[in-house]
Amino acid sequence: MIKNSLLVALAILATLASSGCGDGRAHSQAVYMLVDTSGTYAQESSKAVKIVSYLLATLNPGDSLAVAKVESRSFTEKDYVARVTFDNRPSHATEQKRAFKAKIEAFAKNTKGSAHTDITGGLLQGAEYLNETKAGIKTIVIFSDMEEDLDKGAVRDFPIHLDGIRIVALNVTKLGTDNADPRKYLDRLSRWEARVRKAGAADWVMINDLENNMDSILGRH
Amino acid sequence: MNWNSLLIWPSNVALSLLALFLLATVLLYAARRQMHGVIHALCHMVASSMRVASRWLFLSADTVRERNRMVLLAQGESEASAHIEREFERIANIVRKDLQEYPSLQRKLMEEVTRIEDDYRRCGEVPPPPPEWVQALESVSQIKSGGDIPRKLLEDIHKSVQKIHDKTVAEFRRSYEERHKILKSLMPTWRSVSKSMEEMDKKMISLETNGKQIDDHMSKYESMRAKDNKAEHALTVSGFVQFAISGLVMVIAMGGAFINFKLIALPMSEMVGASDYITNNLKTSDVAALVIILMEASMGLFLLESLRITSLFPRIASMDDRMRHRLMLAALVFLIILACIESSLALMRDMLIADKASLMRDLSSSAPPAQESGLLTHIPMAGQMIMGFVLPFALAFVAIPLESAVHSMRTVLGSLTVQFMRALGFLCRLIGVAFRRLARVLEMTYDITIVIPLLIERMVGASGFSLSDKSHQPKTGRAS
Repeated sequence: MIKNSLLVALAILATLASSGCGDGRAHSQAVYMLVDTSGTYAQESSKAVKIVSYLLATLNPGDSLAVAKVESRSFTEKDYVARVTFDNRPSHATEQKRAFKAKIEAFAKNTKGSAHTDITGGLLQGAEYLNETKAGIKTIVIFSDMEEDLDKGAVRDFPIHLDGIRIVALNVTKLGTDNADPRKYLDRLSRWEARVRKAGAADWVMINDLENNMDSILGRH
Repeated sequence: MNWNSLLIWPSNVALSLLALFLLATVLLYAARRQMHGVIHALCHMVASSMRVASRWLFLSADTVRERNRMVLLAQGESEASAHIEREFERIANIVRKDLQEYPSLQRKLMEEVTRIEDDYRRCGEVPPPPPEWVQALESVSQIKSGGDIPRKLLEDIHKSVQKIHDKTVAEFRRSYEERHKILKSLMPTWRSVSKSMEEMDKKMISLETNGKQIDDHMSKYESMRAKDNKAEHALTVSGFVQFAISGLVMVIAMGGAFINFKLIALPMSEMVGASDYITNNLKTSDVAALVIILMEASMGLFLLESLRITSLFPRIASMDDRMRHRLMLAALVFLIILACIESSLALMRDMLIADKASLMRDLSSSAPPAQESGLLTHIPMAGQMIMGFVLPFALAFVAIPLESAVHSMRTVLGSLTVQFMRALGFLCRLIGVAFRRLARVLEMTYDITIVIPLLIERMVGASGFSLSDKSHQPKTGRAS
């Protein structure tokens, strides 16, 4: 009887081993959101809060979320607004989500516009954060007009690595110059797309209709 | 591959193809006898193999059927004997419990009958004594001399008679009254007798019914012992029906288990983690919930087994009563503990859902949450808790259809195996026959490709010389 039970247990273990024991992190998602605070775009911060709320509502226990601002030089830990890896227990995760939202709301109230916009630095820091989480699905959400304006001395013209990371550009507003010449807007977008794809990004998605296409942020159509 | 390399004259494709065709025709004609032999041998080989396979399958099907029949009849005999034993036990119980009181009942009845007879006698009508004064009256009437004496005598007699009459009437009425009282006191006795008789009647009817059932079971048992085809058929049909019914009940139970699973899967994530996975698609919390449900089913199985409702484990059935009782208590305690765990998980589920709903409200707006009516929000929670407590016990009863399914599965699978083997045997035979015919078809098809040389051969043959026939003829010298 005991022998049979042992055999059955071994068979189950062998089946599990052959099917590949699951790694919890491989099933989790990690999202890094860059919020542009430069110039007039800082006024859009209320929309950013809505997006963070959506992400908080959608992400599950075990997932990671970080929000960082895009400033004159964005490759620094100081730019993190909030970051969290949700606890495995749903009740704790809910508490963490509440605290996270409070931090984001406080940030949105006290946003100060920066002189320059370093999106590349933010992307580099985002990729670093996401790779550290070892999540199965990694997404960088860029809440910006995608107009990069680097500070003097900031070096960003080198190849970057975004292997396996989805890049989602949100609320890419048109600038005054874009209205005069729409090619500038289109060129700007195609340039960014080419750059992130060359960097090895898994996907490039642009969403301007935040009311109806929110589900596309995490690739849920 | 370059097709031009196959051409004799690549510059002239048509001529090359013609030359190749002629060459092929000659070669095919030359190899006709051998090719026919190969086709025939191959087809014969396949046909023979199929025939052998078909025969083996039919024989095996018969063997399996015979074995099934033996097992089925043995099973049926065992069941019928168990039924008969149970009926005898019932009769024994009736006889022991009810009819052992028969002598006292009979005594009671006899006593009551005697009492009734006595009372009946006592209430018999006593005729009034004959009037003695009639003769005196006759004597007085015969006195011939007149006067007042006879008149006075008659008046005295009249008075006396009147007195006696009044007294007698009063006495008569009193005795009637007494008799009525006696008859009235008889009524409960009559009722008691009637009740006793009715009880006896019921017991006798019950005994008679049991006797009839035993007769039915005995006739079934006898037909099984005689290995009757009708009995085998009835047992097979009964097996299929049992399998279908138990399957249906088990599907319903699986529905209950699914609801149960849904009830505890979410709160289990609070205990074992929501983001842990055992395999790529299998969450640890789901597996934990499933394990709880399977444990409940197992405990239910042991409980029913120790109660001797099911008999899936001979080891438990053969345990002594004390051990079996302990096992039953252990299974019951475990089942209650699991039911309590499930009930608390259901409560936790409700709390988690409420917490999540509150978070969603917080995320969607900054307005304070609306106050909800306490009673209304508690109804689903109470419902979930009750369901969480009750479902494990309901799930425990799945052992009964499981046992039925296990027992009837042997019959069903046996019958299906026989049918499958027969179908396979038939298919093999069909393929064998087809291959036997195919040999001729392939030979004729082969001959179509060399129709020109065959025509020539026929023409030459008509003139008295045949190349192929000559080549077909065996050498007489060697044959002899």
